[in-house]
Amino acid sequence: MKESTRPRIGVLAIQGDYAAHAEALTESGADPVEVRKPEQLEGLDGLILPGGESTTMLKFLEKHKFFEALKAYCAVHPVFGTCAGAILLAREVHRPVQRSLGVLDAVVERNAYGRQIDSAILHADTTLPGGPIEMVFIRAPRILSTGPSVEVMARRDGFATLVRQGRVMAATFHPELSSDRRVHRAFVEAVRGTPAASEVAWCRNAGRAGTP
Amino acid sequence: MSETNGSKSFTSTSLRLKVGLAEMLKGGVIMDVMNVEQARIAEEAGATSVMALERVPAMIRAEGGVARMANPKLIKGIIGAVSIPVMAKARIGHFAEAQILQELGVDFIDESEVLTPADEVHHIDKHAFTTPFVCGARNLGEALRRIAEGAAMIRTKGEAGTGDVVHAVQHMRQIVKEMKALTVLSEQELYAAAKEHQAPYELVRMVALTGKLPVPNFSAGGIATPADAALMMQLGAEAVFVGSGIFMKERATPLDVENNPKEREEAVSRAKAIVAATTHFNDPKILAEVSEQVTGTMKGLAAAAIEESQLLQTRGW
Repeated sequence: MKESTRPRIGVLAIQGDYAAHAEALTESGADPVEVRKPEQLEGLDGLILPGGESTTMLKFLEKHKFFEALKAYCAVHPVFGTCAGAILLAREVHRPVQRSLGVLDAVVERNAYGRQIDSAILHADTTLPGGPIEMVFIRAPRILSTGPSVEVMARRDGFATLVRQGRVMAATFHPELSSDRRVHRAFVEAVRGTPAASEVAWCRNAGRAGTP
Repeated sequence: MSETNGSKSFTSTSLRLKVGLAEMLKGGVIMDVMNVEQARIAEEAGATSVMALERVPAMIRAEGGVARMANPKLIKGIIGAVSIPVMAKARIGHFAEAQILQELGVDFIDESEVLTPADEVHHIDKHAFTTPFVCGARNLGEALRRIAEGAAMIRTKGEAGTGDVVHAVQHMRQIVKEMKALTVLSEQELYAAAKEHQAPYELVRMVALTGKLPVPNFSAGGIATPADAALMMQLGAEAVFVGSGIFMKERATPLDVENNPKEREEAVSRAKAIVAATTHFNDPKILAEVSEQVTGTMKGLAAAAIEESQLLQTRGW
């Protein structure tokens, strides 16, 4: 995809902060598209699974073969999940054990830091250029472990909070609720660097190319 | 983010976290539940959150008496039974009830006109809490006064416990209309507008600039069917609360979801249909399908037939 064109990136809009993601995408050089039905995945260059309640999203996906369609989509396209979205992408989910898409080689524990009263805004070093990043945690999950092909881009108390594995990105915090757009820009660049064809030919450094 | 402006600034960490949770609940349904079994049904049906109560508004209306915060034992039981956020109601102005709810680990406190008010002058100072608050409003001025006090979410009051959506519609239309009107005013006209709305100038100005509330705007009070939920979403609500509409049979009698499989199934069908309608609020084809799946609807009480003195929405100011 040419640098000059704005990729069309879907935002799963079952419920959650999909509007905040859509705004972040617009500011990061992409055109957001709300996705509420499986057929709306057609022709999208990438997809974001937003924050919200993962059980609500999961119940919804289990109807009308949406789950299978999403799994097939995520197997070949760039996807980015935040909080509930990261839970949906994981290989394994704990507390409680629940179904997931299994496209990110990670084990995730839900509500791992406690209830809303334990939500927090923290700052941490990141491998993204530009210094430490703000991390907004809302009833956040914890990535307990990651596979060897997963790159950890930021941490909280030693646990990964921002990760990348090929075309798949995930954050246990909410970059869409910060004004810093580096994470969304990295995802949009990853989408630009991925051939539109269904084959998986991810260029590892595409996400680091720097933005105009 | 600096907190030098005090905790009342919209860039403060505390308020960003509170509004952050409200953001996560957008596009979803928050359901009133009176026991663990109802909470499980709500979660299973796809509710984004449950409101733990001893009596839903329809029962409070029918039975009368002083309606207070739910027993902590009930709230703890529900917190232990579901993984979604749990809300609970405190009486208007009853900050001690709110302190107890925060201590229990409730995720959102509803300072609610459905319960009997504890203070006829002051609402709770919600900035003093770590737990976020939602408050009801009938118009923009009321919404902005609650936001000034620290509410992280506004909901229409509607008329709770009736199953009649007419007042929720009236309140949402009123708030949206008043917000639109502010956007065309000049800077110098905003001072008088703040006076008319009896709301802080800074908040009135924020609405004038953006055309929307600085916190999420949800709807409650009389939503009983999938079509009601879709109506409120199309009118501008960002999510809906459903109180008596899911688990009530007659006015003051809940469906027996614990012992009667048929009545359990009825509650499940209502809950699932309202969840689907809230996501697909703009898709009449899907709305028709999910409406058909509902078995039975709360009987309801026409809001126009209620005497002025019996209205819940006039509580709070």
